[in-house]
Amino acid sequence: MKPFSYARANDRADATSQAADDATFIAGGTNLLDLMKLEVMAPDRLVDINRLDLDAISETEDGGLRIGALVSNSDCAAHVRVRQVYPVLSRAILAGASGQLRNKATTGGNLCQRTRCYYFYDTAMPCNKREPGSGCQALQGFNRIHAILGASDSCIATYPGDMAVAMTALDAAVEIESAAGEVRLVPVRDFHRLPGDHPEKDNILEAGDLITAVILPPPVKGRQIYRKVRDRASYAFALCSMAAVVEMDGDRIASAALAFGGLAHKPWRDEAVEALLVGEKPSAALFGRAADQLLAEARGYGSNDFKIALTRRVLIAVLTEATQEGAAA
Amino acid sequence: METTELTVNGKRHELEADSRVTLLDALRNHLGLTGTKKGCDHGQCGACTVIVEGRRINSCLTLACMHDGDEITTIEGLGEPGNLSDLQAAFVAHDGFQCGYCTPGQICSATAMIEEAKAGWPSFVSDDLAGPDALSDEEISERMSGNLCRCAAYPNIVNAIRQVAGGKS
Repeated sequence: MKPFSYARANDRADATSQAADDATFIAGGTNLLDLMKLEVMAPDRLVDINRLDLDAISETEDGGLRIGALVSNSDCAAHVRVRQVYPVLSRAILAGASGQLRNKATTGGNLCQRTRCYYFYDTAMPCNKREPGSGCQALQGFNRIHAILGASDSCIATYPGDMAVAMTALDAAVEIESAAGEVRLVPVRDFHRLPGDHPEKDNILEAGDLITAVILPPPVKGRQIYRKVRDRASYAFALCSMAAVVEMDGDRIASAALAFGGLAHKPWRDEAVEALLVGEKPSAALFGRAADQLLAEARGYGSNDFKIALTRRVLIAVLTEATQEGAAA
Repeated sequence: METTELTVNGKRHELEADSRVTLLDALRNHLGLTGTKKGCDHGQCGACTVIVEGRRINSCLTLACMHDGDEITTIEGLGEPGNLSDLQAAFVAHDGFQCGYCTPGQICSATAMIEEAKAGWPSFVSDDLAGPDALSDEEISERMSGNLCRCAAYPNIVNAIRQVAGGKS
């Protein structure tokens, strides 16, 4: 690890002003310290935000939930109301990492975790995300875990997380406080970016911005499912994951919110797919058309070609389960 | 240099160390508590698992200076020869190891994991998010997936944990 100075933030204003002055926040640190040991990231200054008062889950006025940025993944997944009303979020969090990591990882930190692209982690290799302009070795290299949607010639890395995929399907929003003290809400689906020509920028946070909470909207109707496909049974990142919130009206689909992980630089949501399903009777043909729509622009890069067929099957399996008769509301 | 007060296994220590020192290195190299092991040093193997403020964490992925005032339990604090914890005794009785390198992390992890299950926390394999009534072998394996054993003593590790957790096989 390269040397750095360490300071504990006394309050939010202290934290954001230090971050605006080029310091890096550390919360759980489970990803940041890993990257600092490898010198993929080498901040000069760390600001420890763990003692800030951001570790509570509370109900919002409209019946939703406000999850403080420092709430651990374990506490969020185990929270009684999350389990009862937003089961897709509990399931997604429990599908990620290990018990030890979930105890330390935070809600805000999880949103900010970096890609697990092998070339991003290997400082001997070019990587436009780590070192802008140096090139992308994944394009012609080992790219089993890489993106099939929304990638660019600069970067085909994926956002690796599970939690944000469920939050995207739930239409959650990220609460952000700037160094000027202004608070804004950004939908989770707009929080992460596509790589374009600037893959070094994972998300829309600006210098000095502090994530203070994630806001879940009031409970939604319908069945919630999180399906994750990975290379081993536990403790592995998704090759493809899917969060679904699907409501039936009799024998027709009343609404569908679908988000996908492991496919792109951000949790992927395609409203055209959802629009195609609403008002229709579930059928293999309908789900096949939904997969066609989702994957119309999909592109494989060699080792990840299988993800296109895999995603089609995951989509069809999850929609079949979500719409079958007797599906719990 | 950072000054950090740590309470480890009930004993207070004042640590004077570089900001880069992980909790794992502080325990082993500064406080001489070498029961906690360094495996991968990247949070993938679980050999460094300790219990901080009642929660199991990877001590390699946290800085010592972030834990000023915290209470930490390591394998040395769970029991010692002649006065083993239930899990330590069960690992011996069930031969839950071969080389033993991952064992301190396995036992610290399992100690806290049993408390998580008692608190009703569900896991990825729980059918019902209300949490399981008892820890099946599948539940134990999933909840212990953050602890690798390169000797693959997994069947006996699960047997040892099941005995203490009182689960069904």
